[in-house]
Amino acid sequence: MLNYLTKRTARVFVTIWAVATLSFGLIRLLPGGPFTQLRIQLLRQGLPAEQVEERIRNLQNIRPDAPLWQQYLDYMGALVQGNLGVSIRLDEPVVEVVANAAPWTIFVVTVSTILVFAIGISIGALQAYWEGSRFDKFFTGLSMGALSVPFYVLAVILLFIFAYNLGWFPTSGRYDHSIENVWSLAYLVSVLRHAALPIAAYSLGAAGGQALAMRGNSIQVLGEDYVEVARLRGLSDSRIATRYVGRNAILPMYTGFLLLLGFRLGGTIILEQIFTYQGLGLRLFQALNQNDYPLMMGTFLVITVVLVLGVYVADLTYSRIDPRISQGDEGEAY
Amino acid sequence: MKVKRTEDDPSAETRTDGGSGQFDWRGETTTQISRWDRYKEIYEERIYKPALVAWDDSRTRWGSLILLFYVLIALVALLDLWRFPATSQAARWMQPWPWGSLAYPLGTTKSGTDLAALLIHSTPYILILVTAGAIWATGIAVFVGTVSGYKGGTVDSVLMSVSDFFMAIPGLPLVIVLAVAFSPENPVFVGVIITINYWAGLGRSLRSQVLTIRENNYVEAARTMGTSTPRIIFKDVLPNLMPYVTVNAVFAARYTIFASVGLYFLGVLPYKIQNWGVTLNLAYNSAALFNVDYAYYLIIPMLAIMLLSFGFILLGQGLDRVFNPRVRTRMAGETESTVEDDDEDTGFTEVM
Repeated sequence: MLNYLTKRTARVFVTIWAVATLSFGLIRLLPGGPFTQLRIQLLRQGLPAEQVEERIRNLQNIRPDAPLWQQYLDYMGALVQGNLGVSIRLDEPVVEVVANAAPWTIFVVTVSTILVFAIGISIGALQAYWEGSRFDKFFTGLSMGALSVPFYVLAVILLFIFAYNLGWFPTSGRYDHSIENVWSLAYLVSVLRHAALPIAAYSLGAAGGQALAMRGNSIQVLGEDYVEVARLRGLSDSRIATRYVGRNAILPMYTGFLLLLGFRLGGTIILEQIFTYQGLGLRLFQALNQNDYPLMMGTFLVITVVLVLGVYVADLTYSRIDPRISQGDEGEAY
Repeated sequence: MKVKRTEDDPSAETRTDGGSGQFDWRGETTTQISRWDRYKEIYEERIYKPALVAWDDSRTRWGSLILLFYVLIALVALLDLWRFPATSQAARWMQPWPWGSLAYPLGTTKSGTDLAALLIHSTPYILILVTAGAIWATGIAVFVGTVSGYKGGTVDSVLMSVSDFFMAIPGLPLVIVLAVAFSPENPVFVGVIITINYWAGLGRSLRSQVLTIRENNYVEAARTMGTSTPRIIFKDVLPNLMPYVTVNAVFAARYTIFASVGLYFLGVLPYKIQNWGVTLNLAYNSAALFNVDYAYYLIIPMLAIMLLSFGFILLGQGLDRVFNPRVRTRMAGETESTVEDDDEDTGFTEVM
């Protein structure tokens, strides 16, 4: 177990390092490279030519005239110290911009992911329990229908109906700016009201997918011999449902959960743009449109770090539930 | 020279391939069958029976019909049977058919473009993009999954570290950065970029299946006989995975539609023909969002996306049944035994 923990923790650092290196390389792929665009912008802002190089260095922690390996070391060195450079458009340190945006994205993604699994698992389990019933058929159809609606289409539909036409929910933003006191109930309500539509749009389709997966797993587990034995032993139905069927049906969904988390964090870039919800995704999108490379790479890096940490926590929890994981499944090499 | 074995020639079974009529003492050719028969058998086992099972399921039937419908629409575009979209080709904001004119059955946009023409002429592009994405993602996943699962050892750990790395990067942001870097217009290239890290999860679940398959007796026998690794993977491992791979290729196709249309909607991908995503974006930014009368402008491109992905989901769910060998033989009318099993779980969750 301890060995597994060390290995797993080491992998977190290796992954973050690899992604940082990738982001260093990606800046160089972008049209005009990291400096051309910036140089033009700074000159246009009326900055004297000799100060331009100095500014670029401050903004991106990179000396443009240094050799590539020197630039790489400078970039990584600054990252280790928590310095992501300065946003060109906002003229603020990237770290501050990101720190302001990240909690909102994490809030939306976490709540919607919990909802996805809560809804998916309970409906899927009931469907398996009443397999072949009208309830089962109805929800199978509904799940398949929900799966074919992309979340951004659902987002636009919800926005059209509930925000623009009925006016029940706000059309954009994270909270009501007229509320001064952050610790008041009114503030909390306005936060929830602003997040309701993005969360709903982000949860419904994915919940359909999880319900189908849970239904399939549960039906398979219900046919196992140990469930039959448990019945013969006279165990109560609720105990069989939770301990025997539920647990074994949920465990295989774990890998899917990890994948889902990654795609969901990435998907916020579309979701937040539709609702103008000022989180990491919207920041990344704006930075991209404005050629704000430091902010762009900073948000990209932070989204990845959030994902890596999320998967790390999930992995450790899972290895507590299912001991087979931490023992490793190293096979013989052929 | 090949010997043709026919029903009315019972002696054919014991003929030598020399055709001289001598008795075959070594019995070498008793199991030899003509190429025609082999193809026929492959056709029976690989295409006819699975197709029969698949077709029996109404989901597959509807799924295939929907996809066929899109292919036909693409043909209409390729054969130029419908007018090309252009601004001000008709009056602005014309309602779709029952309320508007039949000449413009889906109505016209804010700038007076025929909405039907917009959808029809971007269908070939979308279909190529989706196919490219699905083939690329499943191809890489199959390669990584089989090689890493079968070889084990160092190859396994290297390949799995690579796919872990790709799983650790949130898909869309990377795709968007790459899209800005390369600004791809070729649909095949767009499909490849969009699924740049989709293969990782599928590769992992294929690997765990290969880990079970490689312990089978016949794989072990092939290995003891000194069969080369690529041959074992192609002949013994891959056929077992094919149903699973087919189902997941369909899911990959669905992911490619969602992601590509989403990115066109965001406006980060360059385009020549206004496709569904671009149309949706224009509708989103027009008065359609505030005005119920103009809502068709939003709804119609949405329906185009949803119907296509619904077709893929139906097909994927229906193809699932091809998994089950018992259902398959029963359907082909060879045995009348066994209860019908329910669809099995595919094990790989759909994302987005």
